[in-house]
Amino acid sequence: MEWLKLPKKLAKTADSDKHVKTEGLWVKCDGCGQILWRKDLDDTQHTCPKCDFHFKIGSATRLKFLLDGPWEEHDRTLTSTDPLGFVDSKSYKDRLRAMQKATGMNDALLSVTGTILGRRVNVCSIELKFIGGSMGAVVGEKITRAIERSLRDRTPLIIISSSGGARMQEGAISLMQLAKISAALMKLDHARVPFISVLTDPTTGGVTASFAMLGDLNIAEPGALIGFAGPRVIEQTIRQKLPEGFQRSEFVLEHGFLDAVVKRTEMRTFIAKAFDFFAGPVAPPPAS
Amino acid sequence: MSDPDADLRINDLEREISQLQLSSTGARARLDELQTELKNLRGEHGLSLAWERVKLARHPKRPHAIDYMQRLAPDFQEIRGDRAFGEDPAIICGYGAIEGAPVMIIGQEKGRDTKQKLHRNFGMPKPEGYRKALRCMQLAAKFRRPVITFLDTPGAYPGIDAEERGQAQAIALNLREMARIESPIIVVVIGEGGSGGALALGVGNRVYMLENSIYSVISPESCAAIIYRDASKGEAAALALKITAGDLSRLDLIDGIIPEPAGGAQEDYDKAAELLKQTLLAALIELQPLTPAQLIEQRYERFRQMGNFFEE
Repeated sequence: MEWLKLPKKLAKTADSDKHVKTEGLWVKCDGCGQILWRKDLDDTQHTCPKCDFHFKIGSATRLKFLLDGPWEEHDRTLTSTDPLGFVDSKSYKDRLRAMQKATGMNDALLSVTGTILGRRVNVCSIELKFIGGSMGAVVGEKITRAIERSLRDRTPLIIISSSGGARMQEGAISLMQLAKISAALMKLDHARVPFISVLTDPTTGGVTASFAMLGDLNIAEPGALIGFAGPRVIEQTIRQKLPEGFQRSEFVLEHGFLDAVVKRTEMRTFIAKAFDFFAGPVAPPPAS
Repeated sequence: MSDPDADLRINDLEREISQLQLSSTGARARLDELQTELKNLRGEHGLSLAWERVKLARHPKRPHAIDYMQRLAPDFQEIRGDRAFGEDPAIICGYGAIEGAPVMIIGQEKGRDTKQKLHRNFGMPKPEGYRKALRCMQLAAKFRRPVITFLDTPGAYPGIDAEERGQAQAIALNLREMARIESPIIVVVIGEGGSGGALALGVGNRVYMLENSIYSVISPESCAAIIYRDASKGEAAALALKITAGDLSRLDLIDGIIPEPAGGAQEDYDKAAELLKQTLLAALIELQPLTPAQLIEQRYERFRQMGNFFEE
């Protein structure tokens, strides 16, 4: 019954303060409304144990769940130049600075090399919290370099998307990143180096309309919003409510644009198996 | 634009003006002052305000793809269908000869009168349109014929059916597959280059913009609705987004600006088509000696170098 004895420090705090601080210990599931113990969520990779709802997670957390262990990060120092001198409610420069401080990242993408069940992979992971995971010149360049890295040493590539699309604040330069990355993927395709695109909630706009739909396999987490135009834009255009489940992973799968919907907890084994099929060792045919 | 000082000053003015237009404080006098200076400065260099360009690019009488096709290649033969789902009238594909040179011409078409506009879906293509365009580019490449594309769309169609049939996938595939077309590809933005929906026909060896066309990651109105929460501030957004031919040229994203007749292309269709033809023929001659591999590499490098960033 050791666990019944409160540690001294904790017991003392509980005595001196009648109000037990619970904030941050519990979270409400956006899927089923169930109140969940945050610690339990860590065990299920931030998916609801009751309804399988997939919570949004950060770019580094994704890598932690996907990869075997420590990874090597690339192109960490790439930073936007604010090529347009863009100003809205605040200047793009200030916005970037604030985002950099909040996330500890220079821009919205982590590019790394690591292993999945022992298989070497290059992984790009988009950070949704950094200006909506939007793609400007830095994200475009880092992905292109990751593709070139995969081309050089034939390491399979994974891009995990969660993004609203191209970054408005870099104007047409952002737009051209779609073409730049897609052209690089043409080379990867030609070289027969495998590429798996993982779409997570949400993946829309120019990101969906370029690399996210160009994988040898396009797979998505359950319930992710996936589309070209955002639901609000579509509603404004057609002036009617969209049907339930429209543009969700399962809908996109049904319409033939995803290879599979894969649970976060099963992503590692799914990807490892796929890469084995594409690029794994081939056993000799059985002797007749 | 030959004077770099004036260029810088114009940039500064534009920035300050767009800031002032957004602030609600009484900066009216200062705003007027700046706008006058900008107008004068632009006047000296033959430039008009970004918003005037937007209006010209969307001018109801502006020549469309079909008008240029008829004038460039009088024997133009349209071919239709994506061989998978259907036919999308928002994109016109076909072949013909420009001064004897056989080419595939592909253009987004908005339509002129109300009936035509509805038929063409206001120039907003659906997935089958993009797939038809790709099929025609591949057809041209198979027989080593050059491809010319005209960009003129508010954007890819944002509707339920377009999403169901894979709008994003269709655009993405075009971007990748255009990169390996074994023929010369010449792209001209003739009106509105509306984001990914335009770029899906825009991966070329040469990319030009007509003098009064625009090319943008998002429409000025949508941009204004997002960042200023007010779609009527499109004018400020148009400045901030840097969407004119001059802007894209300064950003090194296009290869040249094709002049239009005085007052805009709508003033003289024949003259506009003639000016366009001169640029197209020059580009065709330049690209003619390149082998398929060289064409692919040149196109790749063209886009590979796009993007500004600092690196330690």
